Amino acid sequence: MANVITDETIDYVGILAKLELSGEEKEQAKKDMGRMLDYIDKLGELDTDGVEPMSHVFPVQNVFREDVITNGDGSADALKNAPGEKDNMFMAPRTFEA
Amino acid sequence: MRRKPYGQKGMVVAMDILSYTAAGLAAAIKEGRTTAVEAMEAALARIDTAEKDINAYITVDREGALRAAAAAQEKIERGELTGPLAGVPAAVKDNLCTAGMRTTCASKILENFVPAFSAEAVLNLERAGAVVIGKTNMDEFAMGSTTETSAYGETRNPRNPAHVPGGSSGGSAAAVAAGECFFALGSDTGGSIRQPAGFCGVVGMKPTYGTVSRYGLIAYGSSLDQIGPLARDVTDCAVILEAIASHDGKDSTSVERTDTHFTEALVADVKGMKIGIPRDYFGEGLDPAVKDAVLAAAKRLERNGAVVEEFDLSLVEYAIPTYYTIAAAEASSNLERFDGIKYGYRAAEAGGLHEMYKKTRSEGFGAEVKRRIMLGSFVLSSGYYDAYYLKALKVKAMIKKAFDEAFAKYDVILGPVAPTTAPRLGESLSDPLKMYLGDIYTIAVNLAGLPAISVPCGQDAQGLPIGLQLIADSFQEKKLFRAAYSHETFERMEG
Repeated sequence: MANVITDETIDYVGILAKLELSGEEKEQAKKDMGRMLDYIDKLGELDTDGVEPMSHVFPVQNVFREDVITNGDGSADALKNAPGEKDNMFMAPRTFEA
Repeated sequence: MRRKPYGQKGMVVAMDILSYTAAGLAAAIKEGRTTAVEAMEAALARIDTAEKDINAYITVDREGALRAAAAAQEKIERGELTGPLAGVPAAVKDNLCTAGMRTTCASKILENFVPAFSAEAVLNLERAGAVVIGKTNMDEFAMGSTTETSAYGETRNPRNPAHVPGGSSGGSAAAVAAGECFFALGSDTGGSIRQPAGFCGVVGMKPTYGTVSRYGLIAYGSSLDQIGPLARDVTDCAVILEAIASHDGKDSTSVERTDTHFTEALVADVKGMKIGIPRDYFGEGLDPAVKDAVLAAAKRLERNGAVVEEFDLSLVEYAIPTYYTIAAAEASSNLERFDGIKYGYRAAEAGGLHEMYKKTRSEGFGAEVKRRIMLGSFVLSSGYYDAYYLKALKVKAMIKKAFDEAFAKYDVILGPVAPTTAPRLGESLSDPLKMYLGDIYTIAVNLAGLPAISVPCGQDAQGLPIGLQLIADSFQEKKLFRAAYSHETFERMEG
């Protein structure tokens, strides 16, 4: 199964993961991911037909609560951690040309 | 005491204070035999002498800790602070948010992050009277088993600084073992509390999933993460868990429990208790010294009235591939929030928005974190989702069922925490897959949401601690505490 890891796969996963890898890092990632997937392929030995996938160990469905504000306005504190801030907003690089 | 002394000669008072357990210290403060300030000064003095060898902390808030200790002492004297941990200095793993105190997750990407709020578990600790000293080192984003992937240097094992403390809560375990705090909080996604506790010779406990609120815990694998205590003995673990367990509307997976009086279960009596030993935990790869120590502990419990029996748990070798698929998938999603916009590191001179995201994340994350994000993105990608991620969720259901069947027969499952004692520094990172295999006995517990505890049960020929793991069914922490407290008591009595 690990032969699915081509250069194109690594490039595609890099886009999904929002990571920019150097040539060396890509080679390493190809090797590492190939080895891990070979190992994970061990799960193929098990017959899981008819087994319900379990995402949560307890039978918890949607958990709702009233939308009541219990804390104050934390915007000033939150903005203190921002790498860029302007007029009480997060500042980000330009996304399109005006 | 098992701990190696790091105190200076002449510091008789400080040495005496540092030999207290957390519960013992709280009692001594209450009775006026010592004060919260003296205890904090003693812990800070130990930090001064030990940190150059151990590096258990990323951040120590010396002045804040002394101020908070003085405030706690005043409240204790006025009778306003009466909690079970009143005045006790504690360390907190650096993936738990602490208001006003830097929280890095041992990553460069959060090097300047100062949370505006505290994790619910930290607030609960403070309500019980504990005073936070600082934030402990860990594997970056809790991804690792050695505390060597930290961007702030590795932590060393206080029992032998040439060896790792384990991980990912290695800083918390080392701080407790070295006397740099009286107890610590850690988090456990695949063994990250139990394995470092085992390697450092302290007690570490992972509660049933949902027992402790994850609000304010920086998420790694949300369906597996759980916060728990690392402490000097089983009693402390029960006291601390009692303090931090709570139902919290801010964590939708938090469970409403009424049976959280864990200290009631501290009874040295295992008569009639059914203990199962999984044969599959004693196969290839297990260090003979670990095997002998764990089986000796089982024999001792049997001599004291427990009914001990071997059985086949099954599916053990499938737990690691299942875990790494699910944990990597959840991590790839959880760590998308680190994008250089709202907090943390932002790459300089990035062009457009997308370029900035990629540069920030590539420069901010370490190799192991990138490895898991890549794997997680792959197993969730279209075309591979069913073959990998969904398959893992099905095997998870089968593993849970295997435990259900075991707990129909046994009160507690007993085995080793890890196949070996603590490896030497630098031995593990070159081969990630080999490092992952070290999690074989701890990882299935997280997949099934079970509680488990790691208690010291001897040492190997090099003097490195060996950990005994006890596992119980969901919500059966009291059985665990009873078995662990019995082990601790009988071991002390019988040697």
